[in-house]
Amino acid sequence: MDKEWAELTPEEKREERFKRWLSPPGVTFSSPKAEKGYKERVTRFIRAFQLKEPDRVPCILPASNFAAYYAGTDLRTVMYDYEKLAEAWLKFLHDFEDDLDTYIPPIMVPPGRALEAVDYKLYRWPGHGISGDTTSYQCVEAEYMKADEYDALIKDPSNFWLRTYMPRVFGALKAFPQLPALTSFEEIAIQSFVPFGLPDVQAGFKALMEAGTESLKWIAAVGAVAGEATAAGMPGIMSGFAKAPFDTLGDTLRGTQGIMMDMFQRPEKLHEAMERIAPLAIESAINAANAAAAPVVMMPLHKGADGFMSNKQFETFYWPTLKKVVMALVDEGIMPLLFAEGSYNTRLEYIKEFPKASTGWWFDQTDMAKAKKVIGNTACIMGNVPTSLMMTGTPQQVKEHCRKLIETCGKGGGYILSGGAQIDKGPAENMRAMMAAAKEYGVYK
Amino acid sequence: MSGDYVNLLADLKEDELLKLTKERIESKEDPLKILEDSRKGMEIVGKRFADGEYFLPELVFSGELLKQITEMVKPHLKQAVETKRLGTVIIGTVAGDIHDIGLNIVDFMLDVNGFEVHNLGVDVPKEKFVDKVKETKAPIVGLSGFLTPAFDAMKETVEALDKAGLRKDIKIMIGGGQMDDEVRKYAKADAFGKDAMAAVALAKDWVGAK
Repeated sequence: MDKEWAELTPEEKREERFKRWLSPPGVTFSSPKAEKGYKERVTRFIRAFQLKEPDRVPCILPASNFAAYYAGTDLRTVMYDYEKLAEAWLKFLHDFEDDLDTYIPPIMVPPGRALEAVDYKLYRWPGHGISGDTTSYQCVEAEYMKADEYDALIKDPSNFWLRTYMPRVFGALKAFPQLPALTSFEEIAIQSFVPFGLPDVQAGFKALMEAGTESLKWIAAVGAVAGEATAAGMPGIMSGFAKAPFDTLGDTLRGTQGIMMDMFQRPEKLHEAMERIAPLAIESAINAANAAAAPVVMMPLHKGADGFMSNKQFETFYWPTLKKVVMALVDEGIMPLLFAEGSYNTRLEYIKEFPKASTGWWFDQTDMAKAKKVIGNTACIMGNVPTSLMMTGTPQQVKEHCRKLIETCGKGGGYILSGGAQIDKGPAENMRAMMAAAKEYGVYK
Repeated sequence: MSGDYVNLLADLKEDELLKLTKERIESKEDPLKILEDSRKGMEIVGKRFADGEYFLPELVFSGELLKQITEMVKPHLKQAVETKRLGTVIIGTVAGDIHDIGLNIVDFMLDVNGFEVHNLGVDVPKEKFVDKVKETKAPIVGLSGFLTPAFDAMKETVEALDKAGLRKDIKIMIGGGQMDDEVRKYAKADAFGKDAMAAVALAKDWVGAK
């Protein structure tokens, strides 16, 4: 990314990033066949994103923790045993090699010991707050930021995170409110050292170091799996992650209850905080995309869904800063992939505000025929094979459902066959049936 | 005056509502009357929610207003409030799932529509549903779930109710996140409801109310 980069248009930047995705620097493919397969797969996705017809409809199998159960182990085990984690994910990779257009390495399976080291309270995971046989980890919503703390967050987010938010979500960092503001290190700042000598504070740093050491072991295992997948010709599709500022505040700071009260009681503060958070989200997503091959940033959307708020509230509170984050990524040539959890039937018109072929929209329960009609010329759409069908249906039912989806959404390109949400466990034949449908019914002639 | 009061709550006018609550208490009005008006106000909120005029923020905010009113009125209450209820409903998020946004909306809507609601909270073991049905003799159980692990948990909860010999006496509805009619069949529940209004309609139907 040299000096000329700044002079490129967003479209040119996107083209450059797509080229890099097609020929990722530093990758050695295991065979010419693998390299050919990689390029075919990436091209398939790129053309879908560009709203052009690929060779056939691309498919993303909805396998979040599926590999663990497919390999006969479970989430609890692989969160603690990275060797088993790698084994399970590689087994899935190789068994499904012919049925994959993209491969998601176990980057979303967090290292349990790292979370334990810092006594993470924001999440519960199998055997830690929820039953050991639960197939997913889950967020504990609470008021981690109080209503009167908006000013502190707005004034200095890092300071707020370090001394207020982190001590609340990490039990091991409970003494961090005693830390000085880091900007107090000025001249010969002896006083500022003092808190670092306190045993509780030191215990917090030790816990962070332990979490770091554990995470390094984990990332080595995950990285090896990712490397093997790429070498085998499987492109990754998500490089980074960003949230709508409203969700950042509503999910893990104020909570649903809190943020909805704020919409009535302190709307100005809420707006100000979202504006403060937006550039932080943008910066971190751009950095992640720059460091990876696929120029795609995943954005899971939560509290702007149908039913959560009115269109007026959506326009006032949710959309402006979401749009700001999305457009900043688009301007950098990055393709934001927005996962609209729940349904987005009443929000489709807003999506038309984005430039053509600059975003992808992954729908959970949105009416796909309506989505194709309203935004089919604006954005690539994805979805929405129900998790219930994938888990409890027959392969024939899955295949038939996919056929209908392809028929509804596939015309002219701009569609990726995928799940409404992901499944952890279920018949492997249903996964194969989904890909079979893409191959059988999704070919463009 | 009480019409105004009902509307102040229904329209979520926090300052005026709380001011008027204070005045009514100070004028030694029967606190039961204030609570009765609040109930009427909340009914309107529920109706506006069902009509798509109000959304989750209004439910949350009205709930908070009601809480404040109740706290102001409580010290002046001489007798317990008795309301006639359409029936009793037990609700909860099934084991292995800790989500409750949808659950609480259902709680709210059943309550303002005249049901006595026992909300067991999240990650509720199947035994707890069984015990609560035995204890309350509630004819309706609502199972909530957000994620896919809830599929099996719902199935197991229905089985547990069956095994306890309670299944024939109760109707079971499910809802939330990834739930749909396929899950309803899988779990052998009686009905799937896509939102809180559906939960109210099902419950009313099952108790024979209009």
